[in-house]
Amino acid sequence: MSRKFFALGIVVALVMGLVPVTSFAQDTVTIRYFNFTSSPDHLDDLAEIVAAFEAEHPNIKIETSDAPYGDYPTVLQADFAGGDPPDVFELEYQTFVNYAANDVLLDLTEYLDPDTPYYPRALDVFNYEGKQLALPETFSTVVLFYNKDLFDQAGLDYPTDDWTMEDARQAGLAITALGDNVWGIKAPITFWEFYKRAAQNDCQFFNEDKTESTINAPECVETVETMVGMLDDNVMADDVEQAAEVSGDDKDFFLTGRVGMLVSGIWMFPLFEPAEFEWDIVVDLGMAHKGSAFFSNGVAIAKSTEHPAEAAAWAQFLTASETAARVRIENSWELPALDKPEYFEAYLAQTPPANRQAVFDSLNAVATLPVIERQTEMQDLIDDLLSAVVAGDLDAPSALDIAKEEIDALLS
Amino acid sequence: MAGNRGITKWGWVAFFLAPSLLGLIVFILGPVVYSLRLTLYDWNLLSDAKFIGLDNFRELYHDAAFWTAFEHTLTFIVLYIPSVLVLAFLTALLLDQPLRGRAWFRTAFFVPVVTSWVAVAVIWKWVFNPAYGLVNYFLSLVGIEGPAWLIDPDTALYAIIITSVWKDLGFITVMFLAGLQGIPENYYEAAKIDGANRWQRLHRITVPLLTPTTFFALIISLINSFQVFEQAWLMPERFARRGASVIVGEIVDNAFRYNRMGYAATMSWVLFAVIFTITLVQFRFQNRWVHYDL
Repeated sequence: MSRKFFALGIVVALVMGLVPVTSFAQDTVTIRYFNFTSSPDHLDDLAEIVAAFEAEHPNIKIETSDAPYGDYPTVLQADFAGGDPPDVFELEYQTFVNYAANDVLLDLTEYLDPDTPYYPRALDVFNYEGKQLALPETFSTVVLFYNKDLFDQAGLDYPTDDWTMEDARQAGLAITALGDNVWGIKAPITFWEFYKRAAQNDCQFFNEDKTESTINAPECVETVETMVGMLDDNVMADDVEQAAEVSGDDKDFFLTGRVGMLVSGIWMFPLFEPAEFEWDIVVDLGMAHKGSAFFSNGVAIAKSTEHPAEAAAWAQFLTASETAARVRIENSWELPALDKPEYFEAYLAQTPPANRQAVFDSLNAVATLPVIERQTEMQDLIDDLLSAVVAGDLDAPSALDIAKEEIDALLS
Repeated sequence: MAGNRGITKWGWVAFFLAPSLLGLIVFILGPVVYSLRLTLYDWNLLSDAKFIGLDNFRELYHDAAFWTAFEHTLTFIVLYIPSVLVLAFLTALLLDQPLRGRAWFRTAFFVPVVTSWVAVAVIWKWVFNPAYGLVNYFLSLVGIEGPAWLIDPDTALYAIIITSVWKDLGFITVMFLAGLQGIPENYYEAAKIDGANRWQRLHRITVPLLTPTTFFALIISLINSFQVFEQAWLMPERFARRGASVIVGEIVDNAFRYNRMGYAATMSWVLFAVIFTITLVQFRFQNRWVHYDL
């Protein structure tokens, strides 16, 4: 008899051993998080944020995976097409619109703590038709970089936050006159520059209900002509001239002291550290009024997630917690989209550039990105047409007439 | 032999074919058939596919970007194929001679064939650089100011064609070399005895007997050229791309940038139909110019 009990005892012990301890404790929820911004330089930083979150929420486990920027959209899309999306994932703004329009994102309104100090502007960006479909994670702006040495040589005053394209053109003429392989400004002629200058010049891409494009209006023509006009009198180097210098990209062009002013993003700061001349930044140039480019990455949750509350808790921690903000700023991993000046003190104290305040002052006037569901097609179209204007194959009015016709087709 | 009869024999055949056949069906045939179905749908990968009948074909008919890409692809074919065939033929004739270092030359001509397009594109972007590239440097020696090549939409396609000829030359040359070596020596001996000069031997013996090889090289090059993609994707600078758009580039853009799977599938099937028709026509007319014997 006792032997039977003994055997039974062993069987019970064995079976118990098979059952995970966790099923006796509180259920642990695993949230899958897919991202590109940590890949490949900030994996440790992300792990630090995950560890802090898991310490605060012992019942939630975050399983992270990442893909490099170039592959990320395809992988994410394949996950969705295959019916197995991650719970939480990053989205760039222009991809966000496509996902939002296809109704695959969870509305976060009810999960959102209204006191979270997001920049209202950044939060708005991810509000689609009244629903908060993603949380702003980070932001960056585009500013005017300038080479102080070249300004000194030309005997010019440094640019200020109220400079317009015309001010830059005048200063550029003086800098170009300094030598054969020095140019006044590099202001790229691309969609990403055009939408911003257009907003500064009251050029609207569409009518209000987005049924028809108005991109061939006189304000828009003037915008294109002003942008392309920088190529006149050699104020700006054309592609061939720039390709003849170093590697031809904007970074090297500025770093080698070939250009007085450069319109580019704040992600250039660390790249310009090796510069052998003094440089600083101001708020980007304006036209009729100011309007800076504002980029934001968002964090969204799949509508199909089984654990919306836990996923939302992670999304909010990742985007708005003090820990996440500190980790990002300390490691130069983009800026959190939070209206908390005290978080940014360490960032503002770093130089160069001395005038880091311009990064935040840019937010006083932000150009709204015109967005339609078939966004990438519209952007490619405008890039093609701008290139035709630069090449002299089309003039600005006819390029924008074509743009109107094509955008009308994309809208319908 | 065991299992060499009736059902058992086919059982064994199926058994040995299954691994590769299964892969073929699941990963190639399945998607091919599915893509045919997709031509009737509007599908962006995120929402459910929507049946739209023949709308994709209608849109394609009016799609200026697609027809521009079609035109660029045809320009590529018209310039690339004759150049690569003639140059490869001449190279093969040269390499067929008892030259010193022949093996080295044969290898040298073949190296570009096995080099990846990414590496080739990086090198040739430098060669075509308008300011410090080799091409414009050599042109300047004879007093010609070279164009901006890959930066200018008007010249990007020509730079791509030149690079493609350079890269594929070795491949076609090897085919011609094999063809040359297959021509029996006694034809040439007989011709010599009859007093035929070098030119006549080339014209009357070599060229006709190489027509099967030429035919094969032509078909292969045509099929590949209609699908030209990597070089056109990698080489032109951003703004010059519109001058070098090609059919497969349009398919990739629509599928993976614009998320229009149905439309991209439609383009793929139209491309397939074009290649299929042209290949069929070539096979039909081959007996007019292809000689398998003298």
